[in-house]
Amino acid sequence: MAASNKPIIWLPFAAGGTVAAFVMPSIMVVVLLATAGYLSGGVLDFERIHGFVAHPFIRACLFFLVGLPLWHAAHRLRMTVQDLGARSATARRILAYGCYLSAGVATLLLAYSLMHGW
Amino acid sequence: MADTITVRVLRYQPEAEEKTFWQEYEVPSRNDWVILDALNYIKDHLDGSLSFRWSCHMAVCGSCGMMVDDEPTLVCKAFLRDYPESIEIKPLANLPVHRDLMSDMDGFTDKLAKVKPYVIPAEAQSSEEGCQQSPEELAVFRQYTMCINCLLCYAACPQVGLNPGYIGPAALSLAHRYNLDSRDTGRRERNEVTASDEGVWECTFVGECSEVCPKHVDPAGAIQQMKLASSLDWLLDKLVRRDKS
Amino acid sequence: MSRVQPKMPSMSYSWWVKRPNYIRYMARELTCVWIGAYAIALVIGLFRLQQGADEWQAWLAAMASTPGLVFQVLALVFALYHTISWFHLAPSTMPVWRGDQQVPPIIIEVVHYLVWIGISIVVFWLAGG
Repeated sequence: MAASNKPIIWLPFAAGGTVAAFVMPSIMVVVLLATAGYLSGGVLDFERIHGFVAHPFIRACLFFLVGLPLWHAAHRLRMTVQDLGARSATARRILAYGCYLSAGVATLLLAYSLMHGW
Repeated sequence: MADTITVRVLRYQPEAEEKTFWQEYEVPSRNDWVILDALNYIKDHLDGSLSFRWSCHMAVCGSCGMMVDDEPTLVCKAFLRDYPESIEIKPLANLPVHRDLMSDMDGFTDKLAKVKPYVIPAEAQSSEEGCQQSPEELAVFRQYTMCINCLLCYAACPQVGLNPGYIGPAALSLAHRYNLDSRDTGRRERNEVTASDEGVWECTFVGECSEVCPKHVDPAGAIQQMKLASSLDWLLDKLVRRDKS
Repeated sequence: MSRVQPKMPSMSYSWWVKRPNYIRYMARELTCVWIGAYAIALVIGLFRLQQGADEWQAWLAAMASTPGLVFQVLALVFALYHTISWFHLAPSTMPVWRGDQQVPPIIIEVVHYLVWIGISIVVFWLAGG
């Protein structure tokens, strides 16, 4: 036995869960109310949001606020599907790669979206 | 309260019968009896072949852990009056069974030994200084000393069932007890086992171990604290590339 | 005594329906599907944002559609369950000691809720501002 490299997965999982717990509900409420039409004042208007996200500091924050929950979800999904039935070593390996690769692709797309054209 | 209680026991007598089988006994139901008393009545008066472990009869030795109506229970502190007129007793879940209600403890004791459950003092420690500990320092780990190795937590933990190599709640909590002990310097040594893939990383914080623990050790909390501590150790090691001695 | 050990019975695939706490655990774990899905929705939103005004409007319209709104409501419900369960578990991961007394876990939990309210107020203010 030797100390595992699991922390490289677990630290983003824990950070992502914390970010999701503290920040996601309020963001969800704002987006839900705005898209459902309950908020006046053009809360999600393109000029407004584009101008807000344009700040490099905001984009840096968004990278972590949106990116960390991706890794939280990926790891938790992997462990849950393991709990629910993935038992063989092969199944578990495919599952792990599937989850983390998906999070990786989403993170790359996120990074691109926050860097390109601003 | 009814005069008798029906006790259904899942028997396993490997030299006679390869498969497990249920056996029912009618036992007098006394108001002050615990399930262990019922089992002893069965053994003394009805069926001497029934095998089970017990010792202190007061929930400090950890011997009498069993599944009562699918609940991990110390049968010496489960009163008959709190149960319906028929109960089912099985050996602890997730553990191999020797015979009847006797689980195999060897797997657990191996795991316990692996986590080095003893104070590993600093090398140059004078015998006068080394043993002093303040009440505040004791308070931090005292809760984790309370484990009686009853293995109810192993029966409650689905990861023990799903991953037989998993070190498990009690062994990990005991490692944590020593990691938190101010006299100990062995955390990094223990990390080799506790922070391995069979250690804390098998845990998904189901939390049922802490729910069933008769001594309120909170192994789940201990394990999460160890996940954080070993992750920070890991991070420090990667950043500083220090020599792990 | 001879060590005749039967094979350990393998865990049934439906192990998690057998105890109420296991079901609660599974519900808690499955919140991650919604958290992940919503995070991906936000990634797509940000992608659309940098593409331009029309693409951003299209993303808003998708979120405002009936399936979009249903998704958002469900995601919010599960996100709240994530928050509540996370805050409930947080105290056991971070015991706080004052002398030889432990700060009661409920205090740690309440502090989490207070911080959450504070952060939410900031988000609402940024949105409204």
